[in-house]
Amino acid sequence: MIRSQEMLINMGPQHPSTHGVLRLILRTDGEFVYDVEPCIGYLHRSLEKIAENLTYPQFIPITDRLDYLAAINCNFVYCHTVERLMGIEVPLRAQYIRVIACELNRIASHLIMFGTMGMDMGAFTPFLYAIRERERINDLLEELTGARLTYNYIRIGGVAHDLPDGWKEKCLEFINYFRPKIKEYNDLLSYNVIFMKRLGGVGVLTKEDAINYGVTGPNLRATGFKWDLRKNMPYSSYDKFDFEVPVGTGEGGKLGDAFDRYMLRIKEMMESTKIIEQALLSLPEGEIMAKVPRVLKVKEGEVYFGAENPRGETGFYIKSNGGTKPERVKIRGASFSNIHALKKVLQGVLIQDLVAIVGSFDIILPESDR
Amino acid sequence: MERLIVKAFVKLGLGSPPEWAVLLIVGLIAGIILLLFILLYEGLGTYIERKVAGDIQVRYGPNRVGPYGILQFVADGLKLFFKEDIIHSQADRLLFRVAPYIVFTGSFVGLAAIPFSAEWYAGRLNVGVLFILATTSLVVAGLAMAGWAQANKWGLLGGMRSVAQIVSYEVAVGIALLVPVVHIGSLDLQSAVLYQKKGWGILGWNIFHDPFTLIAFFIYFTAAIAECNRTPFDLPEGESELVAGYFTEYTGFRFAFFFMAEYGDMFVVSALATCLFLGGWHIPFIEGLIKLPILHNILGSMVFIAKVMVLILIMMWMRWTFPRLRIDQLMALNWKRLIPAGLLMLLLASLWDLIFDGKGFFELIGIIK
Amino acid sequence: MSGEEIHRILKEKFGEKIGELKDGAQPSIEIDKEIIRELAKFLKEDSRFLFDHLVYITATDERTKIKVIWCLFSYTYKHYLVLKADLDRSNPEVDTVSDIWATAEWHERETYDFFGINFKGHPDLRRILLPDDWEGYPLRKDYTPPDFYHGIDNRYKR
Repeated sequence: MIRSQEMLINMGPQHPSTHGVLRLILRTDGEFVYDVEPCIGYLHRSLEKIAENLTYPQFIPITDRLDYLAAINCNFVYCHTVERLMGIEVPLRAQYIRVIACELNRIASHLIMFGTMGMDMGAFTPFLYAIRERERINDLLEELTGARLTYNYIRIGGVAHDLPDGWKEKCLEFINYFRPKIKEYNDLLSYNVIFMKRLGGVGVLTKEDAINYGVTGPNLRATGFKWDLRKNMPYSSYDKFDFEVPVGTGEGGKLGDAFDRYMLRIKEMMESTKIIEQALLSLPEGEIMAKVPRVLKVKEGEVYFGAENPRGETGFYIKSNGGTKPERVKIRGASFSNIHALKKVLQGVLIQDLVAIVGSFDIILPESDR
Repeated sequence: MERLIVKAFVKLGLGSPPEWAVLLIVGLIAGIILLLFILLYEGLGTYIERKVAGDIQVRYGPNRVGPYGILQFVADGLKLFFKEDIIHSQADRLLFRVAPYIVFTGSFVGLAAIPFSAEWYAGRLNVGVLFILATTSLVVAGLAMAGWAQANKWGLLGGMRSVAQIVSYEVAVGIALLVPVVHIGSLDLQSAVLYQKKGWGILGWNIFHDPFTLIAFFIYFTAAIAECNRTPFDLPEGESELVAGYFTEYTGFRFAFFFMAEYGDMFVVSALATCLFLGGWHIPFIEGLIKLPILHNILGSMVFIAKVMVLILIMMWMRWTFPRLRIDQLMALNWKRLIPAGLLMLLLASLWDLIFDGKGFFELIGIIK
Repeated sequence: MSGEEIHRILKEKFGEKIGELKDGAQPSIEIDKEIIRELAKFLKEDSRFLFDHLVYITATDERTKIKVIWCLFSYTYKHYLVLKADLDRSNPEVDTVSDIWATAEWHERETYDFFGINFKGHPDLRRILLPDDWEGYPLRKDYTPPDFYHGIDNRYKR
């Protein structure tokens, strides 16, 4: 089956640039990759089975472990799904705080993408610049939630704590500090000639393929398709904020190439700062928790809710039989579909391009392996 | 040196030694001095590299061992020395063991032909440039062996890449070096320095000889970085795609040999650039004032090493700033840009020599004589 | 388009094979498992629906039967549709839709992995998240985890 000049290489699950424990089986001829078979499941923790044995609030900390770079976003999706199932109306202040926390987390997540993208390209320095800013976000979120990575902050019906004193000012200060940094990133990495030539025109994902493969989020927008659940199907008072939905422009070479996917995240960080600023400045007074019974009994029914997470549409399908524990929880991880699409994109590329393309998809394995 | 040894032999009552013994002892002494020098330089080089990286990356770098962390390299060396030396069962044991030594030797031997000052050099070869080019190419053999011997697919890819890259860039390096050699009229590095030791200040340096030599310098420097496998041309190691490239399976001191070879290579190519383009040990401005030979030697070698270190610092700066090239871009840069440009510069520089009778630009306009 | 309208159109076209409609957060329609491929093609290509995005495929264990669920979404009309089909518990089989929506390929593998549903015509139906030699289908309600897996003690200890 394997011709003599072909080599079968196992890339991962232990490899510096598979972003966790993704395993790619490559069929290569020298530097060319002819065929790729992504293998996932190395981080499977049977979260869906665990969910069936826990009560609804008990499952919230587990959702932190879905997408650990954007834990609040995952908290939020789960809690909001349960709220939809129970018909709970969340107080406006809690909604705003959720938006602020989610967007901060989104910036932190995109910063990691920016940094690791540079590392995949062999530029080590941008990573530490990204970490420098992420550190400040972590400090802010630590003050807000008490944790730095797995926040466990959002509750069914609201949020766990109100904003601490002076947090609002600190957060605004961070926004003002952060905005000029985006230009610094562009100067340092984005518009570096080598970087642009490495990413431009490689790993082109067309809009049709993206939709067919269920690719969502920034990777879908990079194909030029303007679709953002926050904008198109607003939830949690996202409709009250004014922000742009950046789409791929093809400035690196072709529309939907790796550079578009990378650049889109840089632009999204800017939009997130806009949302945070507006939310902070118009933060209403009031409760942070809706009236939720102490023991949650969810009436019979089922619901799916997907939200725009940093990596795409992450959603929960929850089916309840009327008890305190869910009958079935299905997690739709955005990375699951995004990794599947890698198979389509990674045909006939160079090994170095492969690393760049995998990096530009910004996948995260715990979310797809669950 | 030879006279000293003969004297020592006579004093010890051994009589007059045969010529080969004297040569052997001289060679040994020179070798040991150079080895000590290169080890010290490599230790400090890693320290400087890490400090430079720290500076560029908004962090501190090593600051625990010794004042300002300056003894970090000693700690690192000791650690590497005491680490287990793993040779896994699938590896080709002989090649696996030999490869690091070949790589290190290849990078180290070149030092023998480099004049550190007017009188301090291991050997004055009339084919110095060729000698260094030849020894640095020896590295390729070692890297290919290492890549093959470890029976690791990433290592094999790294070895393949290193061979393709170094062999290709060797061409560009050679052509770029011919440009100053045309002016000098000799392949001897010492006479290259003496040729540039003219006139006032730094204007006698080859890099200022004519515009074509200036361009040739940049061609050489770019290609030389590629020859040392440094970012943006660090594809053979490419830690994000090839895990660690040709030294994936190496541990302990054998790994350290590869590491030292990289630093040795950096020194040799920078020293070559210094000798041929930047005036070597020529002390600018105050050359004529220093009459004492020993003082001249010390100052000269310090100037020489300073120039080399500036070039190495530039390499470090580039390493921590740039992303890596892709393999096809790497080859295109070499074969489609650097080599044609180098050939053109060689032609134009030769014409310049013909037309202006070997005079440099500043000599023509009369600033230096 | 509302759930009722979709249901009415589908009922007209497929008649008996379309079951009742449940209008929750997303309209869900019970279907006969035989028509899934035909229905999927129709839903994806008909200009009134254009369900181009397959959000997920999953299943639930109803104790007496296994229910497989397809969740569809249309980027053009922004409407959801959930399709459900009952499968025989002892031999759950249904046709694949992986050639209609490419993303179904992995979602079907996942559903096979957890529920043991055999998607007929799937190009590469293997376990995806669990190891290849895993026994049983963990998300079925009667599943008991093995005590040992390759010598790893998996028994619950206090």
